[in-house]
Amino acid sequence: MGEPGTKEVLNLDELQASTGFRTGRKHILSLLVENTPGVLARISGLFARRGFNIDSLAVGPTDDDSISRITLTVDGANHPIDQVTKQLHKLVNVIKIRDLEPEESVARELALFKISADGDSRGQIMEYTDIFRGRIVDVSKRSMTVEVTGADDKIEAFERAIRPFGLIEMVRTGEVAVSRGRSTT
Amino acid sequence: MECLKAEGVEHVFGIPGGANLPTYDALYDAGVRHIQCRHEQGAGHAAEGYAKASGRVGVALATSGPGATNLVTPIADAMMDSVPTVFITGQVRTDLLGTDGFQEADVTGITMPVVKHSIMIQDPLQIPEAIHEAFHIARTGRPGPVLVDIPQDLSRADIPYEPVDSVNLPGYQPTTEGNTKQIRLAAKALANSRRPVIYAGGGVINADASKELVELCESDRFPVTCTLMGLGGFPAPHKQWLGMLGMHGTRAANYAMDEADLIVCVGARFDDRITGKLSEFAPRAKFIHIDIDPAEISKNVPAHIPIVGDAKNILPKLTAEYRALETDGSRLDGWSERIHGWQEKYPLGYEDSDDSEIKPQFMVEALYEATGGDAILTSDVGQHQMWAAQYFHFKGPRRWINSGGLGTMGFGLPSAMGAKVARPDDQVVCLAGDGSVIMNIQELATCVTENIPVKTFIMNNGYLGMVRQWQELFWDGRYSSVDMGSSPDWVKLAEAFGAKGMRLEDKGELLDGMKSALAEDGPVVVDVRVTPEENCYPMIPAGQAARDMVG
Repeated sequence: MGEPGTKEVLNLDELQASTGFRTGRKHILSLLVENTPGVLARISGLFARRGFNIDSLAVGPTDDDSISRITLTVDGANHPIDQVTKQLHKLVNVIKIRDLEPEESVARELALFKISADGDSRGQIMEYTDIFRGRIVDVSKRSMTVEVTGADDKIEAFERAIRPFGLIEMVRTGEVAVSRGRSTT
Repeated sequence: MECLKAEGVEHVFGIPGGANLPTYDALYDAGVRHIQCRHEQGAGHAAEGYAKASGRVGVALATSGPGATNLVTPIADAMMDSVPTVFITGQVRTDLLGTDGFQEADVTGITMPVVKHSIMIQDPLQIPEAIHEAFHIARTGRPGPVLVDIPQDLSRADIPYEPVDSVNLPGYQPTTEGNTKQIRLAAKALANSRRPVIYAGGGVINADASKELVELCESDRFPVTCTLMGLGGFPAPHKQWLGMLGMHGTRAANYAMDEADLIVCVGARFDDRITGKLSEFAPRAKFIHIDIDPAEISKNVPAHIPIVGDAKNILPKLTAEYRALETDGSRLDGWSERIHGWQEKYPLGYEDSDDSEIKPQFMVEALYEATGGDAILTSDVGQHQMWAAQYFHFKGPRRWINSGGLGTMGFGLPSAMGAKVARPDDQVVCLAGDGSVIMNIQELATCVTENIPVKTFIMNNGYLGMVRQWQELFWDGRYSSVDMGSSPDWVKLAEAFGAKGMRLEDKGELLDGMKSALAEDGPVVVDVRVTPEENCYPMIPAGQAARDMVG
């Protein structure tokens, strides 16, 4: 870029539109919001009326009482992410938004699986639980409940592994994430 | 009340009720003029008209429940058109909240999608800060409506008033300056463009940047078009003026957009009434988009050079950068010629009657002449609004007040009332349709009682004209529920309200009749009988491209 007044030629054809693209991948948005009533309603209402889908959503406190953290995942194949974040930014109670790059962040989710387990299958389920570094948190005569933590692909892999035994029910927290390195998310 | 005075509020519009009795008790001797409206919707639109005419924040008050829900339309309207407004509603006592108490409605919940921000008071000590924040948010950045909902018991609490002079809103930091590198790049793009168009919207008026816009446009022969909301942002009688663009815009403006190689959008948002078919909108153009709201940039049309900030700051910098490039203006010769060709070939026009019948376009032209073009004009929504936009030439900003985004029928009369309160020395005229004026006709009583002398001219064609036009053109002439049937006798109606009523039916008497109506001291309603089935042209049918203009 030249100084003011320089007569550089700028070919208009070379100008590129910079935004509005669909990235085609999953995005994890980490939001800091004011801990006031109605914040979650404002965010979910915004997604609903703009036609954005939330894949998962996790809300929790931060080290500061007046601020909460919301982590949500959005599919960048269906929505222009910059439009999603810009609309979120317009909410007065939203303080900060970070779109966490997959390579530069660590994401985890916790899931509980209640699996039919009578006799024979019990050992196999325990084996899978070991492989996925899960934990058995409840056992009854005809079922076992397993806790698994990891990124969402690991949770999904475990689900596929144990489904043949009979999955009674499953609960997932939604992903939470933090950036890698010393800097704050 | 002290809080309102601290914000410089001199006028508020509203209606009292059970839940806002404490506020009204404070109003009794507060020294703020309260205009007691006849319907909360009227109060809300009056606050909008007040804000649009003056640039100051408009304030409307309503009680809980139905009072508050009646404000929903004005709130949504103010959101769509970015009008700085604060709405203060009463709410039931805190111990009744959530119990379906008498006149309880979750107004913060109902209005959540249509407010810039809303605050539900939970502690009386919070009120001064909340009111201050509400005004700050309403008037800064991209302006908009802010709702403050105050439960009755909290608003009657006696709290010590301490002035609040700062806001602490970490999540609300509008960008106003504009990135210098981007501005420089934009100047270069302008210097290299051969077919530029400046496309300005209501943001220019909100930013009070009309003068700056004119300077940019005059730094070379840049042709200018404005959106419906931007009219007056660029003075209409000007050799670079193309007229309004969009669905009922001029051919010159729409064709210029279609062939442009560079479009500079200032404070506009590429609404569907502007772009028509998005995939065929300005296919050859690159876009510079200047807007204070980053979410508007690349929302509908991807921007090549986005500049986020206040037009009042950015336009002078862009003009200076452009002038410094000392570009050869002759590169625009061909473009100017082509545009003038369109202007000569396709001027706005209509076939006048050869008898005494008043054509609606003729009526607007007569109104322009009768007012000397200096009045503040408000309108409802429909054909008359489009004809006003086409034939009433706005010489400056804040003279054209209408509902663009939401398209609220019945907006004209109450907003005229608000505008007249804000600018008592100006002539304020409401151009209404016979279908829409009746939606808020009750405010005529407010005008009479509060002595607000607005002049209402009803363009009476006996139809919901714009709907009729669409049914004629696109629905095989099957006129479904558009005939107004036996409308009231508008003259008698005006007189019943205590206003003056007049009727004008003859082309020859129209101008003098209008002048005498304008010369009256009090509020006047003039029933002007126009051609019943006149269509508003030119027109881009919905979802089509500029090239498909008809009429």
